[in-house]
Amino acid sequence: MEGLHHDTTSVPTSTDTVEKAAEPALESKQELPETIDSQVEFSNAPANVSLSHEEKIGLYEKMVRIRRFEERSLRSYQQGHIGGFLHLYIGQEAVAVGAVSMLGEDDHVITAYRDHGHALAVGMDFDECMAELYGKKTGCSKGKGGSMHFFAPDKNYWGGHGIVGGQTPLGLGIAFALKYNGKKGSCLCFMGDGATNQGPFYESLNLASLWNLPVVYIIENNGYSMGTAESRHSAGDPLARRGEAFDIDWSVSDGHDIYEVRQTISDALRRAHEDSRPTVLEIITYRYRGHSVADPDQTYRSKEEIEEYKSNKDPLNLFKDQLVAEGAISEEQIKSIDKKAKGDAEASAEFADASPYPGSEELMDDIYWETDNPHEKTSIGTMFFETPAQN
Amino acid sequence: MAKITYREALNQALSEEIERDKNVVLMGEEVAQFKGSYKVSEGMLEKFGSDRIIDTPISEAAFSGLAVGAAMMGMRPVVEFMFWSFCYVAFDQIFNNAASVRYMSGGLINVPIVFRGPANGGTNVGATHSHTPENFAANTPGLKVICPATPADAKGMLKAAIRDNDPVCVMENTILYNMQDEVPDDKDFIIPLGKANLLKEGNDLSIIAHGKAVHTSLEVAHTLEDKHNISVEVLDLRSIRPLDVEAIIKTVKKTNRVLLVEENKPFCGVDAQIAFIIQDQAFDYLDAPIKRVSAIDAPQAYSKALENIQIPAHDRILAKAMELI
Repeated sequence: MEGLHHDTTSVPTSTDTVEKAAEPALESKQELPETIDSQVEFSNAPANVSLSHEEKIGLYEKMVRIRRFEERSLRSYQQGHIGGFLHLYIGQEAVAVGAVSMLGEDDHVITAYRDHGHALAVGMDFDECMAELYGKKTGCSKGKGGSMHFFAPDKNYWGGHGIVGGQTPLGLGIAFALKYNGKKGSCLCFMGDGATNQGPFYESLNLASLWNLPVVYIIENNGYSMGTAESRHSAGDPLARRGEAFDIDWSVSDGHDIYEVRQTISDALRRAHEDSRPTVLEIITYRYRGHSVADPDQTYRSKEEIEEYKSNKDPLNLFKDQLVAEGAISEEQIKSIDKKAKGDAEASAEFADASPYPGSEELMDDIYWETDNPHEKTSIGTMFFETPAQN
Repeated sequence: MAKITYREALNQALSEEIERDKNVVLMGEEVAQFKGSYKVSEGMLEKFGSDRIIDTPISEAAFSGLAVGAAMMGMRPVVEFMFWSFCYVAFDQIFNNAASVRYMSGGLINVPIVFRGPANGGTNVGATHSHTPENFAANTPGLKVICPATPADAKGMLKAAIRDNDPVCVMENTILYNMQDEVPDDKDFIIPLGKANLLKEGNDLSIIAHGKAVHTSLEVAHTLEDKHNISVEVLDLRSIRPLDVEAIIKTVKKTNRVLLVEENKPFCGVDAQIAFIIQDQAFDYLDAPIKRVSAIDAPQAYSKALENIQIPAHDRILAKAMELI
């Protein structure tokens, strides 16, 4: 089938011989992968075989909720309520939801700037996230982080990082701390395909393998590093194979299929927990919206390509159809999940709109622990050299 | 109180804090088996083992970022840069991640980390190895920056930095590593960050300096007194951010004339900010314009002949001081 940018029919791993040429950007000719068949296959995989109907519905609902939240945030952006960038995750939901659904209490998550999906997947709520987008005091970072910087350390979620590849050593450090403290945990470090060309990623792979750290690098390959197609930004294919140079196990999998994502993550987690070894996972996915919402989408990919993915590879539709086929979900439940997600998204926009902006006094909070805790201050002297005028 | 070197004082500080708190580790290039490129961590691998004293590959971006991630999780890593000049390949990890995570998370995440190592010229190693980035770091809200100039300060301030809950950049000086002086052996000997040290009292002129420039300034102060009968006060800033503004203003108000000395480059250097603060808060007390001596404004020269001209030396500081009197 024409129009698909990715070929997910072959899913190489570190044990396969890979002989695949880089793909052209706008002239993809790959066959449509048989995701439905693969979904059936992965529904019986160890990670999924014992899932109850309720759990499956829960996974579906999480994906729907992320999509409806982001669709609502896009409207808010267009209405002028949200400034700066808005990097939407729409189309990639199965990756974050599938991956996070496998985590235990000592497993942690860190990601890049396209972070709404991961934040909602770990359990952050609509209101605090929408309010953060609006720059409001009630936001998860009190309006000081914005779209790219959501954090919830109480949910083992460490952001939300704006510089491409900058989070890759941080994920390593989270894994290091877990190991140092004798925890049988891991850190899932999400990144885009573009981040694989940043130096710190390779430095991190080297240390991860050298020091046997339980970190899982998840390359969410949506085909484009901003507006530059993979064939124009990366030599060598697949990207995950780059782990091989460091003796790190790697694989490529289909991120449109949440069952496959779960099984893939499960294998990597076992390696992290049991062997304290890193993994590089390349999960093929696709984003429907621009890099950020304001970018000129048509300069680097065709409308037809996007439509092709929406029609044939949408992770929500694929999973919904699968659940219907399994008899796990009813049409009524599907409608009700959608309605609730839309309603909650709308309510979060109202909450954000009604919330106050942070006051000027808050500009100077949260910079140093010490200045926020003056009763435990140990230093003396002046810390700030220009502060807002006092009323 | 024993007389020990600046290097030994750093070693004591690190060893005591590693013993005191299991979250403290030292990592960096050649810190363990090699005993430290400048032997600061000599004996520590044998004493504390490879879990606490950690050799890294030459990979500053990865191990700096790793340490930031570990600090976010509650550890207290001390990252050694063989030279602060090498932090430039880890800039994102220090200046974005360590400095900004607390703010961007609305205060949810702390980064109790120390980045330390020598930041100085004067050793004929050329431009790439002679950077003094205390002004860069101090220009970044979220980071603290200190430049200890004596063995006692090296110990007391490094210990304070390790116990601090915010990221602290400790900028040392290879030329001072062999300097010997008395250092308290109290395991809780702490010099609070942000406290300047009045090293010499005087009435006619204040010289304000940090790092090795403190010692050159003291020599100049003695020359001025001995040969020119000018009474000079010397203030060692010790800490750049936080900054002891009170001590700066106090000495200016006392002597009414001020000379600022630093081994950093002049443009947007630390003393540019200090000169601003002085004119802003003590303008009426000044009997002369504020004068400055800094490194000559060129990339650090390799040749000894050139570098000796470049770094503020006794005679250049003396000449500038004479302009003020």
